[in-house]
Amino acid sequence: MKKIMLRAIAAALPASLVFGAAVAVPSQAADVTITWLVDNGQATQDVAKALVTAYEKANPGYKVTVNLRPGGGDGDNLVKTKLATGEMEDVFTYNSGSLFQALAPTKNLLDLTKEPFEKNVLSSFNPVVSAGGKVYGVPFGTAVGGGILYNKKIYAKLKLKVPTTWAEFMANNKKIKAAGIDPVIQSYKDTWTSQLFVLADYYNVQNASPKFAADYTAGKEKYAKNKAALRGFQYIEELKKAGYFNRDYASTTYAQALEKVALGKGAHYPMATWAFPQIASQTPDNLEDVGFFAQPSSKASVNGVTVWVPSGTYIPAATKNAAAAKKFVGWLTTAKAIDVMNSVEGFAGGPYYIKGASIPNALPGGVKDLIKYFDKNATAPALEFVSPIKGPNLEKILIEVGLGITTAAKAAAAYDADVVKQAKQLGLKGW
Amino acid sequence: MSKVKQKKIKSPYSYALVAPIGIIFLIFFVIPTIVSFFFSMTRWTLFDWEFVGFENFTQYFKEASLAIGFKNTLIYGVITSALKVVFGLALAILLTGRLRAKGFLRSVVYFPVLVSTIGVGFTFSVLLDPNYGAVNKSIVAFGKMIGWETYGPGWLVDPNLLPLFSIAFVDIWKGVGMATVIFMAGLAAIPQEYYEALSVDGGNAWDKFRSITLPLVRPATASVIILSFIGGLRSFDLIWAMTGGGPGFLSDVIASINYKQYQAGFYGLATAGNVILLLFVLALAGPMYMYFNKKERQV
Repeated sequence: MKKIMLRAIAAALPASLVFGAAVAVPSQAADVTITWLVDNGQATQDVAKALVTAYEKANPGYKVTVNLRPGGGDGDNLVKTKLATGEMEDVFTYNSGSLFQALAPTKNLLDLTKEPFEKNVLSSFNPVVSAGGKVYGVPFGTAVGGGILYNKKIYAKLKLKVPTTWAEFMANNKKIKAAGIDPVIQSYKDTWTSQLFVLADYYNVQNASPKFAADYTAGKEKYAKNKAALRGFQYIEELKKAGYFNRDYASTTYAQALEKVALGKGAHYPMATWAFPQIASQTPDNLEDVGFFAQPSSKASVNGVTVWVPSGTYIPAATKNAAAAKKFVGWLTTAKAIDVMNSVEGFAGGPYYIKGASIPNALPGGVKDLIKYFDKNATAPALEFVSPIKGPNLEKILIEVGLGITTAAKAAAAYDADVVKQAKQLGLKGW
Repeated sequence: MSKVKQKKIKSPYSYALVAPIGIIFLIFFVIPTIVSFFFSMTRWTLFDWEFVGFENFTQYFKEASLAIGFKNTLIYGVITSALKVVFGLALAILLTGRLRAKGFLRSVVYFPVLVSTIGVGFTFSVLLDPNYGAVNKSIVAFGKMIGWETYGPGWLVDPNLLPLFSIAFVDIWKGVGMATVIFMAGLAAIPQEYYEALSVDGGNAWDKFRSITLPLVRPATASVIILSFIGGLRSFDLIWAMTGGGPGFLSDVIASINYKQYQAGFYGLATAGNVILLLFVLALAGPMYMYFNKKERQV
């Protein structure tokens, strides 16, 4: 019995080998798998998964494995360590602007300047992924706007008007508080969320002092010194003093805060419009209850939104699959890839920086609110895209202001010192 | 006290036996330590470096949160080591006495030592959440029963010193098992005859503790204090898991400040911070170690 079995197996083996080889040759020979590192935000994960599925379907023999990394400071550290040790994935998506500059792009990344797919990218995107006159990345996703998410039902019930000035905003807050609702949500458990009042105020800062970015980079302009820049810090201080934050703001998370504003437990949440995909997945029935307006300014005539330029997708110089990586990165700039991104609800929320790409007509109301500012051309890029300097401690310093541990003026001075430290560590001239 | 001159005894073990662990120690401890002294004097981006002398050290001492860091590090080290001695000794006396289910209780006390610190940190940060945590929910429920309206304290988010103390408490809960085991070994070494003699002289339980247990358990006390003090000074994982040094910078210790510098990509500066931490721990723990050693010899 045993012998027969063995013989049968022996007979079957060569057949299966020949067969397997015959079947495998065309696909196996070309089967190239590359890896792609993206951040672990839910929206990014969804989009990455959809993109890879579409890419693999359109390009048989090419496979992409998605790897995840944390966001925030831990993510920065991981990306730098991976690049320094040559263990970076074949393709990775990471912030453009100041964080991109900290990766020593000329040394670590593959030059994409002369790639044919660069023709698909709007040239206005290139500065935020360029170093030493060379382009290293293509845009991933759309620009988003930073400002204030608000609950439309509360606004309708209390008959409030969308504010354009800080005074109007505070007047609204007063009425909301009187109605027994938390006027402004903060979520200090996720420390990065504390920065919006300062970062999203940059449109207003730039309007008051147009040369701020250049002077700031040169070390001549300071947050504590420039009155317009200091306002962002003071806003947080004023709201804290007025008792307008939700009671549990010190321990609220980003996800809880989005739920609060969607369900109307709080009226305002300073945040960028990248929150909409998460609202769509967390509280789909209340997606349309959330609207968006630009951070109020000190003058009614100044009303525009601070814009976060999309992240870039890059290829490390150390990759062993450069050809396959370029093929995939190139595909990300095609109309097909844009269609896939548009299919994820709330992901698209501004210009794509890709020629001929447009966002879908059916958008969440909050994203439509943002588009209006783009249509009016009332936008400015956030400071981190026009200056390589961003101190690492801003989020913690602003939490100190929000908790009443320090004052706005002291906090601004502390942040200026933090920035000096970063500029010195970057080796910038004149610091 | 005159030192007895010891004859140099040739070790019965050859160097080949020590070599494996020696090499590991060299590669993973000695060399990185020496290299870190060098990198603490550079501006280092991981990709390349530039020698800057002592600039990192001057910059580090300008760090705004550094004063909080040093203060917190000290407070944390003192509280955790002091309370670990008190609770450790009490538990050790309890667990070496006549007690039912002694074996089980000993494992219960020791169990937290075996659990991952990060796991403990996250678990407690959930338990201590001011709104949804089990601790405050119980406080609120209890408050309702006695007609006292309260939200409960913000254990980890209160803008005063509370977060640091909450973390220290968790550290004690987690580490007291180790102290207990050391004390139990120390107690076992005390001959029973001393206690019998004191009973004959009419001493009560307190006398026994004060005149026999406490002095004779001193070597164990010294080990516990030194181990937990050094542990407290360089503690990081629990603090990072529970508050991340926050809110703001309130529960920052030197180790978490250093970690944040690494996070920001200031590798040279962070390395300088670690060199300073090393010197700080040495400066505090070194004399302490010598003091206890001298005492021990006198005893």
